[in-house]
Amino acid sequence: MSEKSLPAVGYLKIPEDGDPYLEGYKCGNCGAVFLGERSVCSKCFTRDKMSAIRLEETGTLYSFSVVYRSFPGIDVPYVSAIVDLDGGGTVKGNLINIDPDPDKIDFGMKVKLTYQDALGRKDKEGNSYLSYFFEPA
Amino acid sequence: MSDVYVLGVDMIKFGRFPDRTVPNIGAEAALMALDDAGLTIKDMQAMYCGNLGQANAMVGQRILQEIGQTGIPVVNCANACATGATAFREAWMSIKAGIYDVVLAVGVEQMGKGLLGGAGGGDGIPKEGLLGSGTMPCVFAEAGMEHSKDHGTTFEQFAKISVKNHHHSTMNPKAMYQIETPLDVVMNAEMISYPNTKLMCSVNVDGSAAAVLVSEKKAKELGMGRAVRVKASALASDPYTDRDLVMPDVNACTRLAAEQAYEMAGVSPEDINLVELHDCFATAEMLHYENLGLCKDGEAGKMIDEGHVELGGKVPVNVSGGLLSKGHPLGATGIANIYEVCTHLRGEAGDRQVEGARLGMTHVIGLGTACGIHILEKV
Ligand SMILES: [Zn+2]
Repeated sequence: MSEKSLPAVGYLKIPEDGDPYLEGYKCGNCGAVFLGERSVCSKCFTRDKMSAIRLEETGTLYSFSVVYRSFPGIDVPYVSAIVDLDGGGTVKGNLINIDPDPDKIDFGMKVKLTYQDALGRKDKEGNSYLSYFFEPA
Repeated sequence: MSDVYVLGVDMIKFGRFPDRTVPNIGAEAALMALDDAGLTIKDMQAMYCGNLGQANAMVGQRILQEIGQTGIPVVNCANACATGATAFREAWMSIKAGIYDVVLAVGVEQMGKGLLGGAGGGDGIPKEGLLGSGTMPCVFAEAGMEHSKDHGTTFEQFAKISVKNHHHSTMNPKAMYQIETPLDVVMNAEMISYPNTKLMCSVNVDGSAAAVLVSEKKAKELGMGRAVRVKASALASDPYTDRDLVMPDVNACTRLAAEQAYEMAGVSPEDINLVELHDCFATAEMLHYENLGLCKDGEAGKMIDEGHVELGGKVPVNVSGGLLSKGHPLGATGIANIYEVCTHLRGEAGDRQVEGARLGMTHVIGLGTACGIHILEKV
């Protein structure tokens, strides 16, 4: 079992000495930004021009749904959000610290990333995980 | 290249058959389609079978083991909710290519109950409810909310689509449900993922549908009386769009396939008399009015408000009851909607008949993404 929390997804990076961040891969030819490592751009088909970038911490709510029914054991309601990050990249995640009422959530609202324990979820070995969430900026 | 015709087509009444096997359910529709064509399995030169749940288990061959092992080539295909349409299209292509004159396409699915998608496999911890939701009701809710953002589309407008399709299904004896479902019932049903209530989500059912496709030569030989011409067949995968890998873009993929289908058929959206489109969720149907060119962008809400998409309207959509009430057996859906359109073109749709229908369109889209569109014409 790891003493430190593991990242919930591969594109969440937890440096030894520094703050966690989300990693994107940006195409050097067309500028498309992807989550997760890749070597070919699926937008312009250029090979070997992808480079890792640190995604920005702030963004704009693009779309969302309030989820009232999920799989057994998962707390509801919660806000499932699609966020366009400033500087490129679209990320999906939970929008927290907001009333989960569709009438009170504005499209285009400014949000920021926050990094917290993955709702207490542990893997088979008992490892803890760090995840990312959005909250109103 | 020869035109391709649907000579026989049928579907079983959708329902729940936990005591039957997938091949057994598929075999029933296959025999019905053969009977409808006035042919037997001995006449078939190849078979194309669509199924998702047992994609690695030779469902097509197992159907033949139930209805006749003639040794013909069988292709099994899986393509999410476009599975049935893909099997039909493979059958169509084999005749277009001049390889065969008579082939069988079957779509079949046996479904469990409950939410689809988003279970989140792989290593580590479950991601559902941690990184948003990957459940289908949520994914299609987010796509609908994008339409709300851009065009002010309301919860009530989305709900009206479900009312319409449930109403249509009261006239379809093969639908899972035949129950009038008023607006307040739809809107007050359990909220699953805003704005989709339980009654705005497709019904998980078991079902099968099948079609016998023939070349022009064969159609003339056997009699064109009830034949339906396949005017266009299009299949698209998701072209790159900015958010597609995070928020599956069902719009771009549908628009791409629709453009190709209209071009192949040499017709425009105004020429289409009825549409069976992929209403996996009420929010999805709204998007596809625009994606299929049935109205201008931003006018989808008006289409439902003004009744243009009801039976008797300008372009009736999902007069079968759609996935919302007829039911959605994933691999069968793409051939079941071809059955529906053919039934109208043949003038055999009974109470729900779209009067004077000459040209109809079918559309399915499965996330991942695959969109299949067919345009069918009365002969
Ligand atoms: Zn590129």
